[in-house]
Parts: sequence; structure tokens; C-alpha cells
Amino acid sequence: MTAVYSEHALVLSVVLFALGLFGVLIRRNIIFILLSIEIMLNAAGLAFVAAGAKWAAADGQVMFIFILAMAAAEVSVGLALALQMHHKLKTLDADSADRMKG
Amino acid sequence: MNAIFYLSAAVAVISTALTITRANAAHALLYFIVSLLSVSLIFFVLGAPFVAALEVIIYAGAIMVLFLFVIMLLNLGAEAAEKERELLTPQVWIGPGILVAVLFCELLYGLRYGFQGAGGAMIIGPKLVGTTLLGPYLIGVELASMLLLAGLVGAYHLGRRSTPDEEAREGR
Repeated sequence: MTAVYSEHALVLSVVLFALGLFGVLIRRNIIFILLSIEIMLNAAGLAFVAAGAKWAAADGQVMFIFILAMAAAEVSVGLALALQMHHKLKTLDADSADRMKG
Repeated sequence: MNAIFYLSAAVAVISTALTITRANAAHALLYFIVSLLSVSLIFFVLGAPFVAALEVIIYAGAIMVLFLFVIMLLNLGAEAAEKERELLTPQVWIGPGILVAVLFCELLYGLRYGFQGAGGAMIIGPKLVGTTLLGPYLIGVELASMLLLAGLVGAYHLGRRSTPDEEAREGR
């Protein structure tokens, strides 16, 4: 029974990861790109926890905590970049920052 | 038990799909919070209550507040007030509201009949996670603390407004 749940949770994490990847590909607003990256990180964490539940080990949950810390660091830097981009370019369109002028 | 898992999974997929297709960032954020809450319920079913709590507190709480803060910071002024008024109309919150109501019913059902450990799922509590985290994975904790420090310094450096000195150098 547990194994069935773990496998279905893995399938769910694959679906969520694919949705996040799709979001990164179709959206050009930098806030939405960051949000889609969060979706993908969350799906990866779900995969870790599902695998940990399958082996009845705490390691999956430990890995989820590391992913959580990484997501927090990533999103703070990413949002600071978004603020700086809005300050300099007056837009949030990721394609507008393509000139590499420094 | 089956119903809780599959309903939560359906809510997670629907709300995530709605997240990446919204035009308004605040609406997308609402749907993403619903997605995080449903994943938290799935963690409960998988026998991971500590991680389920962390998902709500840190992801849905802290990280999403950071997003909301930046979204609100980027559109100040009269149009923001108009947007606030628009956010309070039913068609904005009715979608996330229905999905959250489904999750709430699942939570009540689970609290009544117990959703952990059903079907032989072994519950791995905070104690075991804590001893594993600070035992074999201690070096990982140290690395995570360095990563968070780097993130803090980086966010501070990138987030500040440039000084007049730098603006003069950029020719403005």
C-alpha cells in the first residue's frame, strides 16, 4: 500500500515538474519564471519525500529541508535581481535584458 | 485514504496548471499557495508530518510572502489601489477558495479518521528527522548555512539602490 502511494506520488512529482518546466518555457515575465522554478523545486522535494517514504527512511525528509533552504536563498537573490531589473529597465520582461552592456 | 491522496493530487495538478497560465501575478500566487497546501496534505499521507508542517510554514508562509512583497512593491500608485479593489471581487478568490475548501474537507476527514500511517505507511516523525539531519548530514547543514549567508549578502547587495556615485559613473 505504501509502495503504491510512493509510486503515485513520484508520478505526481513528475507531472508537477513538467508543469513548472512548461511555465519557464512559455512565460516571459521574470516573476512567473521564478514562480515556475519554485514549482519545479517543490516537485523535486516531493520526489525525495516519496522515495524516503518508500524506504521508510528519514533521509528523504532531510533532503527536502536542504531543498527548502536552497529555495529560500535562490528566491531572495532572484527577487532582488527582479527588483534591480525593474529599477534599471522599467520592465519585467526577461527578453528585454539581452544586451549585455554591463 | 485513497480519496485523500488522489483528491489532493488532483487539486495540486489543477492549481499548478492554473498558476502558470494566470495573467496576473497575484492570482497566480494564490493558486500556487493552494498547490503547496495540497502537496503538504500528500506529505501527511506519505507519513512525513514534520515536512508537511515545514511546507506550510516556510514555503506557503515565508517564501510566498517574499513573492507577494515584491509583486506589491513593483506596482505602486493609483493602479495598485484599483488592483486591490479588483482582488476583492468574487471571481478572483472563488477558484482558489473552492480548491482550498476541498483540501479543508480532506483535512477534517483526516483529523477525524486519521490520515497518517494508513495502508501501512510508516510515520517518520520530527525526532528521527532531527537526529538524521544533525548526525550523518551535519556537513550538509554547515553547507546550507553558508549558502544562506551567501544568499543574504547577495540579496542585500543586489537589492539596494545604487549610490549617486555609481549613477554618475553610469552617465545618468
